[in-house]
Amino acid sequence: MREISVKTLIDVVEKLCIDANQYLPEDVKKAIKTCRACEDWDIACGVLDKIIENFEIAEREDVPICQDTGMACVFLEIGQDVHFIDGDLTEAINEGVRRGYEKGFLRKSVVKDPVRRGNTGDNTPALIYTEIVPGDKVKITVGPKGFGSENMSAIRMFKPSAGIQGIKDFILETVSAAGPNPCPPVVVGVGIGGSFDKAALLAKKALMRELDSSHPDPYYADLEKEMLEKINLLGIGPQGFGGKTTAIGVNIETMPTHIAGMPCAININCHVTRHKTEIV
Amino acid sequence: MIKHITLPLTRELSKTLHAGDTVYLTGDIYTSRDAGHKRMCETLAKGEKLPFDPMDATIYYVGPTPAKPGQVIGSAGPTTSGRMDAYAPTMMSVGARGMIGKGARQPEVIEAIKKYDGVYFGAIGGAGALLAKCIKKLEPIAYEDLGAEALCRLYVEEMPLVVIIDCEGNNLYEEGKNSYLKSKE
Repeated sequence: MREISVKTLIDVVEKLCIDANQYLPEDVKKAIKTCRACEDWDIACGVLDKIIENFEIAEREDVPICQDTGMACVFLEIGQDVHFIDGDLTEAINEGVRRGYEKGFLRKSVVKDPVRRGNTGDNTPALIYTEIVPGDKVKITVGPKGFGSENMSAIRMFKPSAGIQGIKDFILETVSAAGPNPCPPVVVGVGIGGSFDKAALLAKKALMRELDSSHPDPYYADLEKEMLEKINLLGIGPQGFGGKTTAIGVNIETMPTHIAGMPCAININCHVTRHKTEIV
Repeated sequence: MIKHITLPLTRELSKTLHAGDTVYLTGDIYTSRDAGHKRMCETLAKGEKLPFDPMDATIYYVGPTPAKPGQVIGSAGPTTSGRMDAYAPTMMSVGARGMIGKGARQPEVIEAIKKYDGVYFGAIGGAGALLAKCIKKLEPIAYEDLGAEALCRLYVEEMPLVVIIDCEGNNLYEEGKNSYLKSKE
């Protein structure tokens, strides 16, 4: 067993929260710039130029790219040969978030009760997802998630007879209904399969995947390309002012499901699709 | 059309703006979002005065990040306006004319915009670092207990915005998409 002090994780999570909010991942920057080069609608070009200027200012001046520094989604891939020592793993992650959001001058956006509200003041609790994998390492990904786009997400439990067409229509319908609200150009995370809860998690995980990667199965890799093209024919454009660039990426994640069902979840993210990973 | 506008946003000034115009705004604006709007509308319902004079005022739907030492304000992009739809007509009924945010508005808000000659401006969602550069002064006014949702007066210079809904009810979210799609036919 490899022993890892949970104290190490506090520092890593702190740094990942700050870095993720200040530096847009290379794949996202590249996708926005590629779309700018292909855009031919005036107002859309102006918006994309300002979006590029914005993430360059954030990077240069070490300030958050967006004021919604999100709810901290923390994904942990824990090697089965790891033994955590020196304390509580969940508390360590939350302490990392607490320190990161304070030290990085990040906005605390978490309320302690969904109905009665009241800010927790330190952006905790984080949303923590753990997965046990082979090996003796821990892979930590922090993906701060803004809620302008989160609020536009959707899940639907399809009958298997709806087939691939049902899923395609659902994706277009969801992006279309979201319109300007999720700060387009968006990234669309799609989760298909599993169960009601698993599909939603797959959709969120899809947002953490690089935009220049594709689903390992060519069938779904083609579907990603097809849906990106179709979304960009909707005409919504950057910020919803019209144009070719409505989405900069569609990532699909799949898993087996039950004979009776075909769950599909769509998690929308804005152009500030943040995620940062470190391996301990 | 590119227009440079100096606030306050009088009825006459508001009438000169059209959906799709690019506007650079200079002057005092007020910050408020969900919880602040709820309080202001409760105050008005009780027949009490607001903490600032709403006449011809422009309200920015924003909840900035905390300022770093030396900064006037942290990153300060617009938040989703639709959440303020329940309160916007009331605010306009007491004189508030401009709203800055992002995203679609309900028909009741569009009706109020037409009725009170209001204007709905869009700021680029997500562009918090860029927009903070236009904010030259910040003065807290009320509701400081709400943290990022506190009510503040901001002095902005050349804040880049786009008119989304004008006082005739023209809506860039419909017109922009439709004219783009038409150009591709």
